[in-house]
Amino acid sequence: MTEKNAQGDTLTRSQARNKKSKEFALNNAIYIVFMILVLGITIQEPSFLAWRNLRNIMSMSATRIIIAMGIGGILITGGTDLSAGRQVGLAAVVASSLLQYQDYARRMYPGMSDLPIWLPIVIAIVVCGLIGLINGAIIAYLKVPPFIATLGTQVATYGITSIYFDRPPYGAQPIGGLRKDLTTLGSGYLGLDGTYSIPYIVLIALGIAAIVWLMHNKTRFGKNIYAIGGNSEAAKVSGVPVQKTLLIVYCFAGALYGLAGTLEAARTGGATNNYGNGYELDAIAACVVGGVSTSGGIGTVPGMVIGVLIFSIISYGLTFINMNPYWQQIIKGVIIVSAVALDARKYLTKR
Amino acid sequence: MGDAEYVLEMNHISKSFPGVKALDDVNIKVRPGTVHALMGENGAGKSTLMKCLFGIYIPDEGEVRLAGKPVHFDTTRQALDAGISMIPQESMPVPCRPVMENLWLGRIPVKKFGPFGLVDNKRMLEDTTSIFKSLNMEDIDPKTWVRNLSVSKRQLLEIAKAVSYNARVIIMDEPSSSLTENEVEHLFRIIRDLRSKGVSIIYISHKIEEILEISDEVTIMRDGRHVGTYSAKDLTMDMIISKMVGRDLTHRFPPRSNVPGEAVMKVEDLTSAETKSFKNISFELRKGEILGIGGLVGAKRTELVESIFGLRPIESGTITLDGKTAFITSPQNAISRKMALLTEERRATGIVPMLSVMENTILANLPRYVKRSGFLDDKRCLADTEKSIEQLRVKTPSVKTRIKDLSGGNQQKVLFARWLLTEPDILILDEPTRGIDVGAKYEIYSIIADLAANGKSIIMISSEMPELLGMSDRIMVMCEGRVTGIVDGKTTNQEAIMRLAAQFM
Repeated sequence: MTEKNAQGDTLTRSQARNKKSKEFALNNAIYIVFMILVLGITIQEPSFLAWRNLRNIMSMSATRIIIAMGIGGILITGGTDLSAGRQVGLAAVVASSLLQYQDYARRMYPGMSDLPIWLPIVIAIVVCGLIGLINGAIIAYLKVPPFIATLGTQVATYGITSIYFDRPPYGAQPIGGLRKDLTTLGSGYLGLDGTYSIPYIVLIALGIAAIVWLMHNKTRFGKNIYAIGGNSEAAKVSGVPVQKTLLIVYCFAGALYGLAGTLEAARTGGATNNYGNGYELDAIAACVVGGVSTSGGIGTVPGMVIGVLIFSIISYGLTFINMNPYWQQIIKGVIIVSAVALDARKYLTKR
Repeated sequence: MGDAEYVLEMNHISKSFPGVKALDDVNIKVRPGTVHALMGENGAGKSTLMKCLFGIYIPDEGEVRLAGKPVHFDTTRQALDAGISMIPQESMPVPCRPVMENLWLGRIPVKKFGPFGLVDNKRMLEDTTSIFKSLNMEDIDPKTWVRNLSVSKRQLLEIAKAVSYNARVIIMDEPSSSLTENEVEHLFRIIRDLRSKGVSIIYISHKIEEILEISDEVTIMRDGRHVGTYSAKDLTMDMIISKMVGRDLTHRFPPRSNVPGEAVMKVEDLTSAETKSFKNISFELRKGEILGIGGLVGAKRTELVESIFGLRPIESGTITLDGKTAFITSPQNAISRKMALLTEERRATGIVPMLSVMENTILANLPRYVKRSGFLDDKRCLADTEKSIEQLRVKTPSVKTRIKDLSGGNQQKVLFARWLLTEPDILILDEPTRGIDVGAKYEIYSIIADLAANGKSIIMISSEMPELLGMSDRIMVMCEGRVTGIVDGKTTNQEAIMRLAAQFM
């Protein structure tokens, strides 16, 4: 087919090339912004590209990537999840309360013998998975709009976390004294040699991203979530089990928040009931900047990862070049809106 | 009745929606390896009947038998599994996904990988290619996003999808409406091929010539009822038309006393800027005249009036209002030139369901109620609403009632009230009585007749033949985006209009 403009004339070659490069810029705007950011910061401060900085950025991003993997899947179905951050908090509190070392003075369970490290992690994942399941059931079967359903579980989950957290004998005290094996998971490195080491937590996040990528691209389940978000009526008529799929999407996302919460506690060495507050909005912003459409049907795992990295680089990099943190907020806001505005242009259907 | 005689029977099917009995004791029996056409005017209940078969609606009464055995479908999945597939009237793709995923949606091939099933892209591509090959559709790239396909290619994709289920019965709901002539030929080759393989096709279409060409048997419906089933060999175009429309017209319309005067609007050679829309439309509208616009679905009548009202772009042609050329580029512009448009989709583009009767009434006229202080003049809003309600005899518990709680007819009257408050000279009514029960229709007709008698000029699109004949001074008939004739409402008849409406088909 030859390309035609509105008047029906065939485009000249230079016009076509112009259109192509414009399209390229439009389709890859997110990567271009990413490059410009890194370039700008590096020009200001050449030492920014040191491995140590990259490692810190990756560490910062790891749990956020895991949360984004969960919320991204939900966004692709055309839903949303406001309870993600509170679920992260619940997982952080539960896992760390079960993994304090024996002679820590304010142990939540003073007499309890040490559990194998995997058990509290699994418990945290299962607890959040259950909350996700409830989200999914409310949305798929009670037909409550996702925004409202997860707003409800957001508030309720905070209540649950606080009740669990604020108990005798020590009351509402930050949970500290985490076992070495847990904190190692959060802040330890896999050293390739002295300089180039990779945090375990980053490896875990990349592993999760790889699994989710496989799910989205290589399984029937993945194809179904894109179809539901793209045109749920078509999916239904074609025999896609829409309700069951939604249930699994929210449940799986919950499980990921559970893991992310545990790792967040491990990384920071403690937890309070306010952990994770607002993380869902950061994750949604990252996904959206990474090209996920909040109206559903569109989004990729690499895009989500890049979205998270962009925000981490803004926070870390702009602090690194001593930019006023309030300005950073303004830049983040501008990036969120312009990313979506660009995307809207990309998917604009010509009438 | 033996298994061999009918592959599908639907017996005594009835289905009601709030306020409407859409299907009333309808029967259809389809023989294996035949093309069975289903015909009727717009709103006769054809699509509803097929949705009952396909598990989208569940019939209130009646039974469905497949190869003699009673079946019941709660979901489309069950219907698909039983060997029934459907090409919907409007193609319903998942736009930002590849063609092949759309084709196999709901049954994407997987290969076992331990406990996990991984999508078998290679097989999916092979299966897609082989289906496209067997249907001569190799020009569609299985890997491109569906949103990159043209409308007719999307329709072909739906056809391929329906075929790929290896169904015994394929329902085709107006499959040719967005196809070009060559593509219709292509579709017919596919249909004949399927028929020779023993597949039965239920073919819904308005295009009588198509029906006579492709079908073996024809079932005709009217007003949700079964008129009869005939062998296509025994039918002629005239017979089909008279069976589709045959009903009497006595006392369904109020007397009219309007006298059309001089022309207030002249449309000359108007062509849409959209592709596959209307072309070279010319007509004039007189003061105090009711001009009906007739035609079948796809005649582009709505597109025409929406373009006149500034909602859609115009490529060429002129509109003259009161002797001056008018460039109407937006609805605001049209409203300021004393035009009003009552849209076709009352729920989608007319009422604001959660707002009150009063808020709905004053919506198009809000600037007029703003006091100098900047606040709305509640007293005048209320006074005008109450006056309108009385004038148009809207039945509502109060002006504060949410409009969604009124009947369709009363909602429509509120919309009339809304537009009458803007004091228009030209009212464009797009299917003003759609989905309204018979009693309320009469009241709407009375309102229209009164308006015309008071010197308002009215353009009324209607797909109901009796309504067109009963209400219009003149009737402009369109077919495939062109005017095929403007006839006098008093001297014409249904058959003549139907023939004009199907002229290019």
